[in-house]
Amino acid sequence: MLNIAGRNFRSRLFTGTGKFSSAAVMRAALEASGSEMVTVALRRVDLADPADDIMSVLDRERFFFLPNTSGARDAAEAVRLAKLARAVGGTNWLKLEVTPDPRTLLPDPVETLKATEQLVADGFVVLPYINADPILALRLQDVGAAAVMPLGSPIGTNQGLQTRLQVEIIIEQARVPVVVDAGLGLPSHAAEAMELGADAVLVNTAIAVASDPVMMARAFAAAVDAGRLAYEAGPGERRSQAEASSPVQGLDFLRDE
Amino acid sequence: MNNVTGQAVPPFRLPEFSQLQARIAASTPADVERALRRPRRSDTDLAALLSAAAEPRLAEMADLAGRLTRQRFGRVIQLYAPLYLSSFCANRCLYCGFSVENRIERRVLALEEAEKEALILARRGFSHILLVAGEAPARLGVDYLAELATRLRHRFASIAIEVQPLTRDEYARLFAAGITGVAVYQETYDRRTYDQVHIAGLKADYDRRLEIPARVALAGMREVGLGALLGLADWRAEGLALGLHLAYLRKLAWRTAVTISFPRLRPAAGGFAPLVPVSEKNLSQLLFALRLFDEDVGLVLSTREEVRFRDGMIGLAPTRYSAGSCTIPGGYGDTGATGEQFSIGDSRSIEEVAAAIRAKGFDPVRKDWDAVFQQAGSQQ
Repeated sequence: MLNIAGRNFRSRLFTGTGKFSSAAVMRAALEASGSEMVTVALRRVDLADPADDIMSVLDRERFFFLPNTSGARDAAEAVRLAKLARAVGGTNWLKLEVTPDPRTLLPDPVETLKATEQLVADGFVVLPYINADPILALRLQDVGAAAVMPLGSPIGTNQGLQTRLQVEIIIEQARVPVVVDAGLGLPSHAAEAMELGADAVLVNTAIAVASDPVMMARAFAAAVDAGRLAYEAGPGERRSQAEASSPVQGLDFLRDE
Repeated sequence: MNNVTGQAVPPFRLPEFSQLQARIAASTPADVERALRRPRRSDTDLAALLSAAAEPRLAEMADLAGRLTRQRFGRVIQLYAPLYLSSFCANRCLYCGFSVENRIERRVLALEEAEKEALILARRGFSHILLVAGEAPARLGVDYLAELATRLRHRFASIAIEVQPLTRDEYARLFAAGITGVAVYQETYDRRTYDQVHIAGLKADYDRRLEIPARVALAGMREVGLGALLGLADWRAEGLALGLHLAYLRKLAWRTAVTISFPRLRPAAGGFAPLVPVSEKNLSQLLFALRLFDEDVGLVLSTREEVRFRDGMIGLAPTRYSAGSCTIPGGYGDTGATGEQFSIGDSRSIEEVAAAIRAKGFDPVRKDWDAVFQQAGSQQ
């Protein structure tokens, strides 16, 4: 059971609400995914409006809404958005996204760290979206991030786990859950992240733009389960090199006393 | 405890020593096989590598440990020397020559004397020194250490201390004065044995001591040294405890490097005989296991060990050797001084040790740090 900041999640697949062809398709796909945490862009929804086209179609019993600051270009904008979200939506959870470059939408590490520090001090549960930088991940944990969300590859690219080496280090060093977020284009990518020991993955584009989003959502759900099971099962080692060979130098010098 | 940014951090929780022993004893040859093959090893793998089931695989462990060590650290051994400042101690510990009830000649060096001793080491070519003192704050406290560090920092690349535990603020103050490393050994992680051998004094409090390494790291020190005195309790379980302590510190204080020392009990005043035997073979298994568990940890081999063993281990796991050591305060300048903490197994000069390291195809590195790092007064 995954636990983030005291809240339990059975499903380790987090989803998003962007890029779907309609609210109805989104609803069907997200329900098929088994996901219990779905992120919503504060710039897209009106948290105060019960009839909001995204919020109203999703069952709040079933989905925990994680507002994100998508569109914020610096810490000040992100913090403003977060406070607004808390005031009208009553939630102190936040997926922090600070993306000054509208072309790549890559996260700004300096502003993200600054915003996390301010938001944690202000009582928010902060899940920052970051490039797969292990030192940044550590610094964010030091200032109280509830999880870290390194990207697999740039958002929307469907390139899979291009940052594998750094994600491995982040997972190894983490004191909080690690959620691989962005760039996972195929169920096999999600499974790979889970096999490495990621605590969860967040998938949006790959499901939303599939020819059959509902079927793809099911595929991702199965892949995340399989990857997690494999991780917990402790796979055997690949045997390519590191065969312990005969020692280059003997241990004859050792005394048994 | 809080970290550098004020977030609360969890204390170190160690399972009962008997549980550690049980985990190790339960390891099978298949567990050892798996542990040898993994690219990264868990504490379960460490338990297997420390077990009796791993003994037939010692040569393979040596080979893997050597490869990892060379890959991570290069063909390099760092050299350092201890500088004993004071043999006064308020603790009563059965295994130590400085123990308060032992009738030895005791000395605390005046600052000028300490400086003179240090200059002898500098002239001999040492640029890393470890200041050592018995735990007697009234005789040798933070003011003394800060003043000595201020006098010495420009002559040495790095200065570390092995003295009584201090407060976080005191560590931060010493860091600012030029001390970058702190060694604070638990001696034994077995609470029962700990209580048996630490009779009186502040050191007799197991839990108080167990939390010091984290405090050192959180105070911003660049390096913290862990250690177990081998010969007090089951060395295999000590190894697992050291691994768990190391893993905890890695998570807690990622900015601080960790080293581990493995002093084996040597003859000392008081005539304490080891409670359990630890052979060279055992010690080598412990070193290999910890290297396989953690590729980055510094492993220290002191002059307690004999020449044959120290030369044999070059390139297999240790990264740091002391050399030319004297464990008597004032002993570098006054060769007639008495009152040592323990007797030495390798009495070669730094030159001879360096030559032996070179003969093995390794570089004896005397300087691997610089005081200039701290002149910016950075407190991070």
